[in-house]
Order: sequence, then C-alpha cells, then structure tokens
Amino acid sequence: MDGTGAAVVASITIEGETQPRVALTASAVELLRQLWEQHGPLMFHQSGGCCDGSSPMCYPLGDFITGDSDILLGELEIGDARGEGAASPDSRSIPFYMSREQFEYWKHTFLTVDVVPGRGSGFSLEGPEGKRFLIRSTLIDA
Amino acid sequence: MTVYSAPGTPGSLVTFKPRYEHWIGGEWVPPVKGQYFEDISPVNGKPFTEVARGTAEDIDVALDAAHKAAPAWGKTTAAERAAVLNKIADRIEANLEMLAVAETWDNGKSIREPLNADLPLAADHFRYFASLIRAQEGEFTQIDNNTVAYHFAEPLGVVGQIIPWNFPILMAVWKLAPALAGGNTVVLKPAEQTPVSILVLIELLADILPPGVVNVVNGFGVEAGKPLASSPRIRKIAFTGETTTGRLILQYASANIIPSTVELGGKSPNIVFESVADRHDAFYDKAQEGFTLFAFNQGEVCTCPSRSLIQASIYDSFLGDAIERTRKARQGNPLDTDTQVGAQASNDQLEKILSYIDIGKQEGAKLLLGGDRVDLGGDLTDGYYVAPTIFEGQNKMRIFQEEIFGPVVAVTSFTDYDNAISLANDTLYGLGAGVWSRNGNEAYRAGRDIQAGRVWVNNYHAYPAGAAFGGYKSSGIGRENNKLALDHYQQTKNLLVSYSETAQGFF
Repeated sequence: MDGTGAAVVASITIEGETQPRVALTASAVELLRQLWEQHGPLMFHQSGGCCDGSSPMCYPLGDFITGDSDILLGELEIGDARGEGAASPDSRSIPFYMSREQFEYWKHTFLTVDVVPGRGSGFSLEGPEGKRFLIRSTLIDA
Repeated sequence: MTVYSAPGTPGSLVTFKPRYEHWIGGEWVPPVKGQYFEDISPVNGKPFTEVARGTAEDIDVALDAAHKAAPAWGKTTAAERAAVLNKIADRIEANLEMLAVAETWDNGKSIREPLNADLPLAADHFRYFASLIRAQEGEFTQIDNNTVAYHFAEPLGVVGQIIPWNFPILMAVWKLAPALAGGNTVVLKPAEQTPVSILVLIELLADILPPGVVNVVNGFGVEAGKPLASSPRIRKIAFTGETTTGRLILQYASANIIPSTVELGGKSPNIVFESVADRHDAFYDKAQEGFTLFAFNQGEVCTCPSRSLIQASIYDSFLGDAIERTRKARQGNPLDTDTQVGAQASNDQLEKILSYIDIGKQEGAKLLLGGDRVDLGGDLTDGYYVAPTIFEGQNKMRIFQEEIFGPVVAVTSFTDYDNAISLANDTLYGLGAGVWSRNGNEAYRAGRDIQAGRVWVNNYHAYPAGAAFGGYKSSGIGRENNKLALDHYQQTKNLLVSYSETAQGFF
C-alpha cells in the first residue's frame, strides 16, 4: 500500500517482509534533490521524544552513527542529477532508519515523508530552507 | 482581567528591535556572514523582527569571548557569583510583565503562564543556585595521620547549551543558573522558533554579568547548533530536545570526550486510582484539574500528562467530568490574562499535532473532544491554535506512545494496580508521571514502581527549584533543577597532600 500522495516508494529492506514501509511525496523528493546538491549523500533517522520529536531528521550520510540499535526501514531512490527517475543507474539512494525500540511501537504504520513550511528541527538539513520534513502515517497490516 | 497590548501597538510593554544581532562579549555583534532570519509570532503567524542567522564562524567568535572571560569568572568567589545570581533574579522580577509579554509574543503561550510560572520560577531558580554555591563546602578525607585528600569543586570552563522552544526563558535559566554558579562561562544557542525573548532578558543583564560570561548565538540547528555541540573548545554540552538529536549530541560529546546532559522528553502517564472518586470534594476537584493540565502550555511540555490512565470502576464518571472541565478551558488571545490555552509555538508544530490527530482517528481511537485547528478570527486568524483534544483508545496506539507536544491527551482504563503499572511503564520514555490516590500506601508504591525520573503524587506540573528533574530510560541523562545539576557543571580536583618528612621507601 502506498502512502497518501507518494511519489517515491522505498525498497524493502527488512528481512522476510514483502511490503514497503516508507515513501516520499513529490515535494519531499524535490527538497531532497536540492539538499543532495548542497550537502552530498543523505540519510534519514526518525526521531522520537519531545519538542521536535517524531520528525524525520535528514543528515549528510554517515553524520549520524547508526548501529545494531537501529533498523533500516528502506532505501528511497530520488533519481539522478539529470532528473531521471529511480530507474537511472546513477539514481541517488537515501536510507531511512529508526531505532529498533521505537519501531516496535511504529511498525503498524506506513510512513510518508512530506514537507511543510516551518523552521528548525534539531540539526536536520532542511531547517534553513524555511521548510520542514513531516511524517504522515497510514495504517498497514504488520 | 488584563489584556496586554500587542508588541508594535501603542502601550505595549515591550518594544522589539527591528533586528537582533548575536550577544557576544557583553555587546551586540553582527553575524560574520551577515545573514538574518525572520522571527514569527505564533500569536498571529506574522514576522515581527529579524534575528542573526549564526554559523560556525559566529560560534567561534562567541567561544573566543567565553574563553577570554572564563579564567576570571572561574576565580570569582562563591559569594561574588551568588551576588550576581541574586541580582539577576531581582532584575527578572523588576521586569516581570515586560518579559512575560516578550515570552508570549515569541512562543505563543498564554500570558498567565510566564507571569505566574515561567518567570517567577526563573528568578527563584537563580536564587536557589546562588544559595547552593554560597553554601557549598569542599570535602576532605584524612587518609592517614600524615596524609589528607582535599576535594575542591572546580568549574569545567566553557560550556555549550542548546535550549528548546517550549519555555524559552525558563529552560535557558535551568541550564544557565547551575553553569554560572559553578563558575563556567557559556555559549548558548536558543531554539530558532523562539530566538528573541532570551535576548530581551540578556540585554537587561548587561550591567550585571561580566562581558563574555554568557554569549548568545542564534541560528538554525544545522548551521549554529551543530558547530557548537561538536566544538572541541567546549568542556560540556547540554541539550533539551528529541531523541535523534540527543544521540547526535552524545556522539559529538564522545568524539571530544566531554560530558553531556540530555533531556529528551517522554510520554507521561497520569494514573487515577478509584479512591479519587470516593467523594466529590476539593481533592476530587484537584485530580480533575490534574487531568486537564495536559493542555497546560498548549501541551508543549516534556512532561505533559498526555496518557491518562483511569481505573475502570470510576472511568466513565471521572472521564465524563474531565471532559466537561476541559470543555471550559478558555482559548483565546494569549495576551489576555483570562486565556488558558494559547497558540502552538510554530506552524510545523501545528502541522505535526494535526498529523497525530489524523493517525489517532485512523488507529480507531475515539475522539471525545476537540480534534481541530481553531480560527480565533480577527488579528489572530493566522495564529497556530489547536482545540484541547481528548482521545480514548488503547496503550499500543501511536498517540499513546509518542510525545505529540500539543494539547492532546490519550485516555484508557486499567483494571487493578498491576495493570496500571504495566501500562504506565509500557513506553520508551521515563521523564514524568502522575499518581492520584487517597490511599497513601498505594500512591507511594505506585510512585516507586513507575520507571520515571519525576513522579508527581497528588499533584502535577509543579517545577520548584530543589526537586530533581530528569529522565529514566530514553528520556535522557542528567538532572536539573536541583543541587545535582551543579555536579554536572563542576569537576572534582583532588589535592592529595603528605604532611610527612619520611620517604615512601620504594627507591
């Protein structure tokens, strides 16, 4: 099942699963392409807790150290630098992580990364752009 | 009833500058790259000033100032530092209404809160740490008849502090007071959603704090917060926020081998045992208020009592009364002292809350009250207002597991004591909790069995200086608001002194 308005649906990276878990809206793809041009390869880590919690945090790939306490929910293909889609051999891929303990409480929901006007979200890269990534959730059987 | 004039209109107690630079070395300093960003008031959704957009270069300038000030400030006597902290407290009190208007305009909260809570608590917090440092004693141990171990509490040096947007002044003060009491100098990065009220306060303190002791650099997290948190020139980093940034900050701290305290929020259970409803008296009324406090500060509190657990035997009647009480909460102009629920702090926060109301409905939670954005009309029509919202559901739902940080409570019932504790502890977090009971033994046991750093028993949302505040589990590391916080801003120097003329005899 796709999320609402999904433009890109992630690959399936959890062993034994047959359904994707994450997607991007068209505006999220556009913003990620822009951020990739500015900062190079990217990653997401889904936050929890207070203040800006529950926001998907976007970092330069490798800036946030993931480990066995995290789970890779999927790889998001945003196409290549020429604007070709995910089918391009040069398509750029963005991994989406979450902590395993948080996943236990989130696994029944499909996550679509959207963009809203806003400012500031921890150290996430989109903050200075006057935009902010936001998760929209839909139920799935899991 | 008082309605304070909005900033920018005649009679306003606060006049914001058209532009704010950084506060470094006791003066305004323009950002190195010359960039600024707009500060938007959540009250009406409109920009009202612009603020320096700091970068790594500005953090370096601020660190220069902090390092320059650190040796002298670190050598001041405890009496001198206590006097400074007490003067700050007096200055806050003398300007309480003006600061309250600034805080409400920057954050959106109803002004009764900064008038009666945030700012009086901030002043008292400085006095508490003034008294602590004034009364602090070193320790010594006589190792043997000729050897003594002396223990001195020394400052860490220059520390970095990253402040959240829900209580912009009070959360800054929670971190500043122990840091200053301990003899440290500070580079502080406010939240980009609420960058200005702290600057209004810091300018008021210009003749009290020596230049460079507190330096404020605004900007976005990735551009200003990250270079501060990852700088090898700080000896400690403190942060309040969410878990992913918390982990990132701990990563940076590990790279520099410095301590870090992080407060990362929670999903606080608020347990109502059946004895509460034995009588409909003042205590019952207090417990009802305890439920409704989920809407305090628009729910933007790390310890928001956002999971209400009510014993099944009284569930329908207690919840029915609580819905009626919540329905009466007055939402309106945040500058009106009669307003109880103001605006959410930012547009993206508003969007996030609405996205959680959506997932709550999808998960099958029953909406009992609210659930919508509120349009207050007139000048406030573009402000970020959400109606106090009550959901009924079960504890595995995401609205029971994630800090929505809005005026949204998720309610469910429990059968008995063990069920209550099991539900309360079925969460990743452990910052706050509430227990309501007329049975002292039950209340005590529950308070001890809940895995949280702060359990309010027969009260909620009190934050007196002196009561330790901090998280269990994924809610963070460290304690604030208590003498334990001073430990996080000092290091122990041991002088091991021999008073003997006799060689040790090894060589």
